[in-house]
Amino acid sequence: MNQFSYVRVTSKESAIAAMAKDKTAMFLAGGTNLVDLMKSGVTNPERLVDINKLPLATIEETKTGLRIGALAKNTAVAENALVIKHFPLLSQALKAGASPQLRNMATVGGNMMQRTRCHYFYDTAMPCNKRNPGSGCGAIGGFNRMHAIFGASDKCIAVHPSDMCVALVALDAIVTVAGPKGERKIPFGDFHRLPGDTPQQDNNLQRGELIIAVDIPFNQLSANTHYLKVRDRASYAFALVSAGAAMQIKGGNITDVRLAMGGVAHKPWRLKEAEAWLKGKPATEENFRKAAELSMAQAKSQEGNAFKLTLAPNTIVEALKTAAAQA
Amino acid sequence: MGIDKKSEPLNRVDGRAKVTGKAKYFAEFEVPGVTFCVMVTSAITRGTVATINTKTAERAPGVLAVFTHLNMPAIPGWAEQGNNSKLPSGGEKYRMLGSNKILFNGQPIALVIADTLERAQHAASLVTATYNKAEHNTDLLKNKEKAAMPPRMGDYSRGTDKDAHNTAPVKLKADYTVPVEVHNPMELAGILAFWEGGDKLTVYAKTQGVKSTQRTLASAFKIDEKNVQVHSEFVGGGFGMGLRTWPQEVAVAAAALKLKKPVKLVMTREQMFTLVGYRPYTIQHISMGATQDGQLTGIYHEATAETASYDDFTEGAVSMTRFMYACPNVTTKYRIVPLDRGVPIWMRGPGEATGAFALESAIDEMAYKVNMDPIQFRLKNFAETDPERNKPFSSNNLKEAYQLGSEKIGWAKRNPAPASMKDGEWQVGYGMSTGVFGAHRGESTCRAQLNPDGTLVLQSATSDIGPGTSTAMVQIAHEVTGLPIEKIRFELGNAAFPPSGSQGGSATVSSVGSAVFDVCTALKGILTEAGLTFDNGTVKPASGKSESLQDVLSKQNKTFFEVTKSSKGGEEQNKYSMYSFSIHFAEVRVHPATGVVRVKRVVTIADSGRIVSPKTAASQMIGGVTGGIGMALTEEGVIDHRFGRFVNNNLADYHVPVSADVPHIETIFIDKPDPYTNPMGSKGMGEIALIGFSAAVANAVYHATGKRIRELPITPDKVLSA
Ligand SMILES: Cc1cc2nc3c(=O)[nH]c(=O)nc-3n(C[C@H](O)[C@H](O)[C@H](O)COP(=O)(O)OP(=O)(O)OC[C@H]3O[C@@H](n4cnc5c(N)ncnc54)[C@H](O)[C@@H]3O)c2cc1C
Ligand code: SF4
Repeated sequence: MNQFSYVRVTSKESAIAAMAKDKTAMFLAGGTNLVDLMKSGVTNPERLVDINKLPLATIEETKTGLRIGALAKNTAVAENALVIKHFPLLSQALKAGASPQLRNMATVGGNMMQRTRCHYFYDTAMPCNKRNPGSGCGAIGGFNRMHAIFGASDKCIAVHPSDMCVALVALDAIVTVAGPKGERKIPFGDFHRLPGDTPQQDNNLQRGELIIAVDIPFNQLSANTHYLKVRDRASYAFALVSAGAAMQIKGGNITDVRLAMGGVAHKPWRLKEAEAWLKGKPATEENFRKAAELSMAQAKSQEGNAFKLTLAPNTIVEALKTAAAQA
Repeated sequence: MGIDKKSEPLNRVDGRAKVTGKAKYFAEFEVPGVTFCVMVTSAITRGTVATINTKTAERAPGVLAVFTHLNMPAIPGWAEQGNNSKLPSGGEKYRMLGSNKILFNGQPIALVIADTLERAQHAASLVTATYNKAEHNTDLLKNKEKAAMPPRMGDYSRGTDKDAHNTAPVKLKADYTVPVEVHNPMELAGILAFWEGGDKLTVYAKTQGVKSTQRTLASAFKIDEKNVQVHSEFVGGGFGMGLRTWPQEVAVAAAALKLKKPVKLVMTREQMFTLVGYRPYTIQHISMGATQDGQLTGIYHEATAETASYDDFTEGAVSMTRFMYACPNVTTKYRIVPLDRGVPIWMRGPGEATGAFALESAIDEMAYKVNMDPIQFRLKNFAETDPERNKPFSSNNLKEAYQLGSEKIGWAKRNPAPASMKDGEWQVGYGMSTGVFGAHRGESTCRAQLNPDGTLVLQSATSDIGPGTSTAMVQIAHEVTGLPIEKIRFELGNAAFPPSGSQGGSATVSSVGSAVFDVCTALKGILTEAGLTFDNGTVKPASGKSESLQDVLSKQNKTFFEVTKSSKGGEEQNKYSMYSFSIHFAEVRVHPATGVVRVKRVVTIADSGRIVSPKTAASQMIGGVTGGIGMALTEEGVIDHRFGRFVNNNLADYHVPVSADVPHIETIFIDKPDPYTNPMGSKGMGEIALIGFSAAVANAVYHATGKRIRELPITPDKVLSA
């Protein structure tokens, strides 16, 4: 690990100012990802700006929805009564992630910003375009069982590993960020990006910008939700594939639906086409299967992850079935 | 003479020390002036270090030394052993920092020593190297043609019809794969070493054998064994990786000698994948023949496993096949393929666990082929005596175990047809298998000291990597002397104590326990001579005598009674075939849409003689089955062969089972003393707890789905693609 300096800030303004001063500074939230990256020499900030004392950990109801502060811990969000009442999918997704110890430390902002778990990215002795642009992609032609089937490029096939983000993209969340030029809002679906030719860039947050909060607009989708995560062991493993489904069902018909997948792309993968197709149709397994097939049109696998072409649609169907079966 | 009553379940005598942090592990010892060692490891798999730059590291704050092949102090004992390893591996011997040669990825290329751990870590990151890369081979599947017979295991064959497996009316041919598995005990490996003068070495070690560590260090530095102190009272798990004293541990002692300072090394988790052994990747071919009515006529079992280019690691992957079933024609072969990899080492259940996955899966497959219940099929081919050695078993209660286990799991109530049972969306499956491991007994010595206050202290240079050795020994002493548990203390983990073997091969209770038994019996004799006796938990004057223990001791001018006894097996070892047996039953759920397998219920039965310590024995079975769940469903060390490097060398990506993967495990003991193994009538348990379990799961997955998965671990992708 490199030597670095550490500063603790207590206001948004000082946080943003501290970042502007030092080109290699980084925000430190729960530290569950950043510290690991520093230990393995992947990220080498010379200054850590500890934002844990900023007043950004609240979860509150607004006129239009819930506002969750960027520093709210994953556990606090998952167990919050308002979240469970209005957006059970978010609570389910959070609980499917990591371990209780990690969730007690991890924050909403940090979870969004966590980097891929692609091993070549973590091992500085291996090629990786995301860590070291131009060095090649170790995963292509290598161990790519965990990798993307949607939106990958010939530069990078990594996936975003978050469970929480799958729920947030499905729930049409809006991210508020603040930077030297003031605040701006980013729809959750536009927050993360596809790798293209610049896989080193995970998302559209500008350097020095601070995530302030995530707003989730109220919806009618809380009765029938399910987050299904398929993984190599029963807990404490990243998703091979996950699917989050939230539906409003009236008289057996789907009147509204949100659907997204994790573990399949460089960003949480919203399935808008499938949603549109399902709307107004009866909530039957047959329809779920058709929607799942529709979702797979653009899928493309690597040598090691071809199973995802079967697993992904099956996971969508299972998530929808289980969601529909909720009382 | 032996112990004939059943043992009471006893709490671990050191349980409190362990959960309160009082128990100290090697890295926790504080030695004044200690320095910290961090290893820099090779980024290539084969070739040479062309240049290595240590200048910046040497100038970093707190750095005391950086050792590379250019300045590493010589280790005299290593130099003597010649440069080439024996064929078939045949490569250049691995001498850490002895030359610029790289024999495997992750091999240390520098040792950085500094006054704090953080400074050593930082300085290690400043060491840079360039390499001359050579082509490497780490993939067994691509190097099968190099397979050779290891000198330590010849082929085995019995029967007059070598081809019976090919010509039988019912034939099975199948290939089974067991991947690299890594022990990954929670406690990281390493050592703390310091010298007094140039010839007295003390180490705090993580080892399964304090005596073997003592021997290795003494011979490396060409000093007297008496001058090597080894302490290893508590070990945070070993599973076999502590059966060797590894080159980096010797190197740390050499650095300590050179610097005249205590040096401590605690390896990283990543280094645990390359420098302390692993279960070798092994492919197995089984060809089996049977008659229509289920009589085995021939078995051919060939295992091919990886080893290092510099050492011919060999293990018992085909041993079980040689004697388990009453089959007239059996041929087994074991082959090794030398690769550019670090050397493997026994991992719990060692080769037998690898072999049992293949054999017990094949037996299940054959049972289905001949339309028989897998238990009936095993009974039909039951070996009443050992067909390999033509000797009777010292004891074998497998039939009773099959019976008990099937009742407990509800075997008869299941529908035996594959893919016939459901629980909601989940497919339900039942599977079983047998496990077996030699009931070994080695030579062991124990010292007993009876103090004037009537407390008994026992000492032996054995280890406890977790099974609860002290608890079992205290229990044996209690049963022989009648002294209450609180008055007995068993001390281990110190090479200065009377010698015992390493803790491995499930032999500790049998070996050390026998020495405890013998020494306690001898102590009784000494008391009798002195007119004393153990009576109802205390030492009392014998009948007709009046002098107390204290009286006798002061009259004899002694501060305590002491006696040391060495113990080993006799003629019976040759007369009988001695094995410990287990039977595992697993009930699984398989989700057909996602391929997820969950073990729902386990019943595991041990036929391991008289149970010396029922509570720790049950823990042992639970731990073994947990390891078995890992082997069956989750554990695999993945190497990217293009680089020869692991791609999941951390505990987030190398999946050991978590609590949610482990259901209630019902442990049952036959608990019948074996008349011949040792005075306690016990047989080993550590290995049989795991051996065969993976086959029970694979068989259950077949029963649930109709899919045979012959490559471990059984992950969702394999179930979906099968
Ligand atoms: C072993 C392991 C298993 C895991 N398993 C899962 C899993 O199954 N599912 C899952 O979803 N996740 C999993 N995680 C990841 C975990 O969710 C993330 O590590 C965590 O959410 C990161 O949050 P943090 O607050 O600790 O972030 P930090 O580590 O503090 O920061 C991460 C990044 O976010 C930046 N950052 C933090 N806050 C802000 C902010 N407000 N504005 C701008 N930038 C910010 C930091 O600068 C840094 O770059 C796992 C992690 C580990 C170590
Ligand atoms: S997939 Fe992306 S993160 Fe992984 S090696 Fe390739 S470029 Fe790096």
